[in-house]
Amino acid sequence: MSPQETERDAEIRYLAEGRAAEPGALLPILHAIQDRLGYVPETAVPIVADVLNLSRAEVHGVVTFYHFFRTKAPGKRTLYVCRAEACQSMGSRSLENYARKKLGVDFHETTADGRLSLEPVYCLGNCACSPAVMVDETVYGRVTAQRLDEILA
Amino acid sequence: MTAATRVFVPSDTTARSLGADAVAAAIATEAKRRGATVEIVRNGSRGLYWLEPLVEVLVGDERHAYGPVTSKDVAALFDANFLAGGKHALALGPTDSIDYLKKQTRLTFARVGVIDPLSLDDYRAHGGYRGLTNALKLSGEQIVATVTDSGLRGRGGAAFPTGIKWKTVLVTKAEQKYVVCNADEGDSGTFADRMIMESDPFVLIEGMTIAGIAVGATQGFVYIRAEYPQAIKTMRAAIERANAAGFLGSDIQGSGRKFELEVREAAGAYICGEETSLLESLEGKRGMVRYRPPLPAIKGLFGKPTVINNVLSLATVPVILDKGADFYRGFGVGRSRGTITIQLAGNIKHGGLIELAFGLPLREILYDFGGGSATGRPIRAVQAGGPLGAYVPPPQFDTAFDYEQFAAVGAMVGHGGLVVFDDTVDMGEQARFAMEFCAIESCGKCTPCRIGAVRGVEVIDKIRCGENEAANLTLLRELCDTMVTGSLCALGGMAPFPVLSVLNHYPEDLKAGAGKSEAA
Repeated sequence: MSPQETERDAEIRYLAEGRAAEPGALLPILHAIQDRLGYVPETAVPIVADVLNLSRAEVHGVVTFYHFFRTKAPGKRTLYVCRAEACQSMGSRSLENYARKKLGVDFHETTADGRLSLEPVYCLGNCACSPAVMVDETVYGRVTAQRLDEILA
Repeated sequence: MTAATRVFVPSDTTARSLGADAVAAAIATEAKRRGATVEIVRNGSRGLYWLEPLVEVLVGDERHAYGPVTSKDVAALFDANFLAGGKHALALGPTDSIDYLKKQTRLTFARVGVIDPLSLDDYRAHGGYRGLTNALKLSGEQIVATVTDSGLRGRGGAAFPTGIKWKTVLVTKAEQKYVVCNADEGDSGTFADRMIMESDPFVLIEGMTIAGIAVGATQGFVYIRAEYPQAIKTMRAAIERANAAGFLGSDIQGSGRKFELEVREAAGAYICGEETSLLESLEGKRGMVRYRPPLPAIKGLFGKPTVINNVLSLATVPVILDKGADFYRGFGVGRSRGTITIQLAGNIKHGGLIELAFGLPLREILYDFGGGSATGRPIRAVQAGGPLGAYVPPPQFDTAFDYEQFAAVGAMVGHGGLVVFDDTVDMGEQARFAMEFCAIESCGKCTPCRIGAVRGVEVIDKIRCGENEAANLTLLRELCDTMVTGSLCALGGMAPFPVLSVLNHYPEDLKAGAGKSEAA
């Protein structure tokens, strides 16, 4: 480890080294980093590249390909609003607009107080009870504007 | 002291999304307060989703259902003596007599909602691991022949004969082979894979183990989408238990056969449901689609021969090995053999999981099972087979639900999802979304998909603004043709299908000013 690396970087290196021997280790490593830190910071790219003997471009390419990995710290909680067809058929387009207006942010943004990030999601598999949203890992079905208020209260 | 009454409260994601956890907690509290002894079992869901949370009570040897139950109903249920099957406004009678369930043929889903998902004893008491026991007595060729003879075709959407795929892997010589389960169920309107993984995870483990033994693969991966946190947790826990009980590992049930299984979490890319893209992702790369040939069966994961199948295909293998190929192919019509798991979703009164032999007309699914739209308005369109499937208009509702007949009207069965829309839908907006979704999810490898989807959104916007309407409508058809014929995989190759179905069946919605959308 180089002396410039901060404690967080050391943790990233530890997480990467722990899974480096697995076949196809890059996604499991990125998941481990995001599970721990809430996102994959840019400083993780050279460290993971070094551990896996990949180029930075390869690691950057993978981080940015997948919608699930984020490179900025998210809010305390994340609200995922489903935008897919089953939810559309039950009014998700207006729910989506309501969420944006209520929070004052667009998709991929975080409220100014850092409490909540808003993300789109394309299907939560809750399609018989649409529209659906997920807060962190908890899914809610048949969500109306009023129910969303209660969920976020 | 009397024996505890068994009360079943589903732990499935949809049931929980409607408050099942609070119901389970309320039942426990209320039972304690009243001095009643109950054993609360968190089973999976029966898939009667408009009735969730669906609470069941074991009375004698029969389960009685109550639903949809909220935590506020619990005290009244106790007052009505529901622990003895008492009468209440929410009482539905014996669960197995509920019409929606009684009319089904549950083969793949036989145990879903019935058992405790993580109880190996429960699994085995309900016929689990009989297929593997039979498979261990057969040669690889015999197992593959059984699967081929059953007529099982890939349930992920492509409908390729499963046995033929396996045969290719079996006859390809290699030191290492793999079994990969595609659990990246990204199609809107589908949840059958999720239900299997959350409600009967051992059936998927058993199916993959049989596949491994059949083709000589010793390592399996289940690639599950990140949007399904509960399925990931349940599968991991089930794999741990199967290992501990010797149903996975280096010596399966003393047979000397080895099969290891690992869950890999996806990362939110729809394209990774495409099998070659999924393999790239498992290898730790961007999920870019591969050129074919070589087929994954010959050069798949890490360049080795790989069986890659959908959850439902693999979860259907145990019943085939248990009851035989003839039993399974005895269901269905024409070349669509066995059962199909229909997922009825969107604007529908009785949404849920319906497993049936192939061949029921769409109309019966929508009205006899589904009870019409949730809003009570006329059904105007049904998107079949996910976001790449055509919108089916009412004049085609008499089409039988099987691969060939749906293909004949330009629609597809796909993974079995049906998303219902009432007459307030703006089909122009739906056409636009198909292109928008393709643009967001394109892997970018081939030009027709990468550029075409973006241009598709632009052209539809122009048409809806009245800009050179006739010329742009022609251009849109040409663009669709380019994408269909020129794309590398099904994403770019099929994203035009919903668009074309709107052009063909709902042209009035693609006229200038037809948009009544509230989307930003």
